[in-house]
Amino acid sequence: MGLFTELKDSISRVTDRLFAEEEPKRIGIYGPPNAGKTTLANRIARDWTGDAIGAESHIPHETRRARRKEDVEIERNGKSVTIDIVDTPGVTTKVDYEEFTDEMDEDDAIRRSREATEGVAEAMHWLREDVDGVIYVLDSAEDPITQVNTMLIGIIESRDLPVLIFANKIDLDDSSVKRIEDAFPQHKTVPLSAKEGENMDEVYANIAEYFG
Amino acid sequence: MPKATNTDDPDAPDGVQIDLISGERMDGMATMEKIRMILDGVHDGNIVILEEGLTPDEESRLIEVTMAEISPDEFNGIEIETYPKSDTRNASLLGRIMGGDEPTAKLTVIGPANQIETLHKDETLISALVSRD
Ligand SMILES: Nc1nc2c(ncn2[C@@H]2O[C@H](COP(=O)(O)OP(=O)(O)O)[C@@H](O)[C@H]2O)c(=O)[nH]1
Ligand SMILES: [Mg+2]
Repeated sequence: MGLFTELKDSISRVTDRLFAEEEPKRIGIYGPPNAGKTTLANRIARDWTGDAIGAESHIPHETRRARRKEDVEIERNGKSVTIDIVDTPGVTTKVDYEEFTDEMDEDDAIRRSREATEGVAEAMHWLREDVDGVIYVLDSAEDPITQVNTMLIGIIESRDLPVLIFANKIDLDDSSVKRIEDAFPQHKTVPLSAKEGENMDEVYANIAEYFG
Repeated sequence: MPKATNTDDPDAPDGVQIDLISGERMDGMATMEKIRMILDGVHDGNIVILEEGLTPDEESRLIEVTMAEISPDEFNGIEIETYPKSDTRNASLLGRIMGGDEPTAKLTVIGPANQIETLHKDETLISALVSRD
């Protein structure tokens, strides 16, 4: 092989590797409303970049638009991955503005529900077109077997996307990680408390390993 | 389309119209035609039963279109339940006999969220509790 071809080969190998490493994976954080998706997204962003993504709230549908945090580099055990985190609104098949009228006036409640429906539609679209992997967040104190969870996991599987299931809120007394593992045995379940920061080492090790 | 009630009038005071849609009928339809048919039925207050269910991609589009049609005081969205469920817990004998997660094995029930209090499902039946007020 001539010097030039050899050189070209090794250069293209290097650039290939560089591009492969630098192209961030777009990881969508999905799951039902109130599971703790935004709390998790904020914790990841804070731990690795120093700033947050969006507001957390006990009122469902606080996140009404997919929000992105780009170029978050996560390193664990010698593995490293650069991801764009996409925090999505909780997926649901129904939104009733009257759920919010206790907390705000009617106009705001209607606006909130309209934004929520647009956000859910957008999140579904993202799932079909724009994400490279999924973190599916569940509140481990709740029954994981709901129509929406089953449907969403089915949609994710049909797109062959890598998915990690995060069993969040393990700090709560009613938390059961096993219930989640039993419901979705085909996927890896990682227990954590996004709010208290429990088990984040394993969370990051799994993200680096699985999406890297 | 077979109707489980004796009236075609969606405004009839008592009785709930059930649209039972055969697999054969769905086979010839494009995704958006299926979704339109489902949501038109649901908008009329009907319960729509699909003999053969939807593919995951169709389910995702159904959610997306449903969201676009939600409108305060008019339409709150849908309840949806399938049997047998397509998760792997259904590697049960019955699930396997019925074809596992093939869309053809999924009987799917869809109704208007504001009228259906709960879609209750157990191993052998789906029953919809419909509120009439
Ligand atoms: N106890 C407990 N609460 C949590 C945890 N993570 C989130 N939360 C709370 O759950 C509620 C919903 O959180 P949020 O991140 O907005 O959920 P999202 O709707 O999935 O984005 C908020 O009141 C959070 O403080 C957790 O690990 N443990
Ligand atoms: Mg949120």
